[in-house]
Amino acid sequence: MKLSCRIKNDTYHFKSIKEVLAKASEEKSGDIMSGIAAATSLERMAAKVVLSELQLKDFYENPVIPYETDLVTKVIYDNINLSIYREFQTMTIGELRDYILSHTTTFHELRKLTQGLTSEMISGVAKLMSTIDLVMAAQKMKYQAFCNTLIGEPGRLAFRCQPNHPTDLPEGILYSLKEGLSYGSGDAVIGVNPNVDTADSVSRILHMTHDFMDKWKIPTQNCVLAHITTQIEALEKGAPVALMFQSLAGTQKGNEAFGVTKEILDYGEQLMKKQGTSTGPNIFYFETGQGSEVSLDADHGVDMQTLESRTYGFAKHWSPFMVNNVSGFIGPETLFDGKQMIRADLEDLFMGKMHGLPMGIAPTYTNHMHADQNDQEIAGILTTVAGANFYMGVPGGDDVMLNYQDTSFHDNASLREMLGLRPLSEFEKWMENMGLMENGKLTNRAGDLSIFD
Amino acid sequence: MNQTEITKIVNEVLQELNKTKASNENKEGVPLKKTDSAADIIDFTEQAEMAVDEPKNKDTIQHAQKITPARIGIGRSGTRMKTKSYLQFRIDHAAAQDAVLKDVEPDMIKELNLPVLQTKAEDMETYLMDLEAGRTLNDESIRWLKENGEKGKQIQIIICDGLSSTAVESNTRDLLPAIVQGLSLKGITYAKPLFVKRSRVWVQDHVAKIVDSDIVISLIGERPGLATAESLSAYMVYRPGEHTVEADRTVISNIHKGGLSPVEAGAHLADLLEQMLQYKASGVQLVKHRNKK
Repeated sequence: MKLSCRIKNDTYHFKSIKEVLAKASEEKSGDIMSGIAAATSLERMAAKVVLSELQLKDFYENPVIPYETDLVTKVIYDNINLSIYREFQTMTIGELRDYILSHTTTFHELRKLTQGLTSEMISGVAKLMSTIDLVMAAQKMKYQAFCNTLIGEPGRLAFRCQPNHPTDLPEGILYSLKEGLSYGSGDAVIGVNPNVDTADSVSRILHMTHDFMDKWKIPTQNCVLAHITTQIEALEKGAPVALMFQSLAGTQKGNEAFGVTKEILDYGEQLMKKQGTSTGPNIFYFETGQGSEVSLDADHGVDMQTLESRTYGFAKHWSPFMVNNVSGFIGPETLFDGKQMIRADLEDLFMGKMHGLPMGIAPTYTNHMHADQNDQEIAGILTTVAGANFYMGVPGGDDVMLNYQDTSFHDNASLREMLGLRPLSEFEKWMENMGLMENGKLTNRAGDLSIFD
Repeated sequence: MNQTEITKIVNEVLQELNKTKASNENKEGVPLKKTDSAADIIDFTEQAEMAVDEPKNKDTIQHAQKITPARIGIGRSGTRMKTKSYLQFRIDHAAAQDAVLKDVEPDMIKELNLPVLQTKAEDMETYLMDLEAGRTLNDESIRWLKENGEKGKQIQIIICDGLSSTAVESNTRDLLPAIVQGLSLKGITYAKPLFVKRSRVWVQDHVAKIVDSDIVISLIGERPGLATAESLSAYMVYRPGEHTVEADRTVISNIHKGGLSPVEAGAHLADLLEQMLQYKASGVQLVKHRNKK
């Protein structure tokens, strides 16, 4: 395993794969904050050179966090198909990049490949890719999943309607929901972030959204994004849950900080299969994002992008219906500006798909970071071109409960229209029946919440 | 639209442009006060307007806009936002960005008689980019707290600017007395509240170690949103130590006049603190204990 290289008459030495991965990352403030980023632009390039010549087996044999001490590493390794891994093990990361981008490598071959890679290999190859590389590669892969409806069909783009209210006022949530639905947002899920994380409060919102879906015959799924333990409690008390939510991290320590263990997730899955309202088999909605581990002091000196990739390796175990990437939600200490946020979104979409996941993207920014609406829209367009399955839908792009910006109902409709994409098939029929859509275009009625009067 | 109408509109627009230009030249970019009078000044509305074209029921939409601060009922141009709501959104974002960089009014700190501690974040840039700096008191504050802090009380309240000084300014005057009153009624002992400048949530662990209280409660400014920069959170932790994780903290967020009102929050927090003392736990652990009951 060669960990040194010579470029422009200087020699660069690296101590470990972990260091190579960190220094080969595109510049991000979170990696700088934890003191693991490349010190100079040439050192970054030297790390990329070393990375390009490492073989997959070097990665397999040297996980960045040991199998014995970290649950995430264990879950990732236990899910690797060794026969497929052995087929590719002598390939270098540079060759892997070429293989992924090659015209002769089809979706089916990539799909097979995903079963034999560890998350660190996937993170590594993304570090050798540019914006267009990431878009071209991501475009090749599209993964489907089924809860109450089918997500991920080619030519379709879905949205989570996110009708949050600062005090969980049912009437307020309902109005935002109606507005969102009238724009065609809500086919991925009707998902409310609760302000009060108690089983009673969460049950109330679950009942309300469930009853509304029932009354208007809306083909979708409902979800309240409380902590999984609260949702389990609500479900045990009989609340109607179609999709179970949880935030995940890329290390055991990170997940412990989130109050998540494998046992809880397994139990949640089991309970959903017995008592959830949805068809399944995909009943989980996970959220992830670069920077959560470093914010929680749970990063083990591993770079943010690699930890994000590991989160996907962990998430994959439960075959989720949707994995939403929310890089940009934390702040400037992890992703400084729009450029870093856009880069993270593209990496994450690619890496998620390389894990075989039905990925969506939330190109978000907070008000204390150096990014604005223009950056968010660029990220939205790029990742739609790259074939994301879904985005969030927030009234006017302004989440009045979580205090950050995300894609708006207007952006949802725009992303579909500019690329000729349709809502999920059952939902499109529903919109047509409601007189909200004709031939894939919004009608005059769209955007009017009072049509539900 | 015929030619005459178009000409009329063009003339009107040109007149408006000239007016704006003239007023800009006169004032040389100085922000105008509302009292500066004159019809020349655009008084741009901050109110959401019912802007849906030909709605089925206008009253419903107007009612909805009163119920939630969410940006609904704003209509559309094609699939895009209308000009006015787009500009309102960008204005609110600009205001929120500016709010992050402000310091808390020294007057308020004086009025509430709060001792001021500082973290290792010496400037805003360090504070925003280095989490560790905002989680640790600086040497001088450590010394001060060791000498002057009230030790061994059940509760230590700290007020933290966090990411919004505006949130601290607009809630503390009501919230702090409400909590203190609640604690007194319950016979719970508390140390003199402190203000910690440029601080993150985890600074409470550092403070807890020094003052040796059962619980530290941080009242901290949340990152400013577009709808409000006034939102405050309360983070509470029972006897934090090496093994404390994020899920061990109890959080009540969205404390502001448009969310959970500060007075109401104060009473609620006092109840929660009492429960934490009773179960000797916070966060997920507290929930587990409560569920067993």
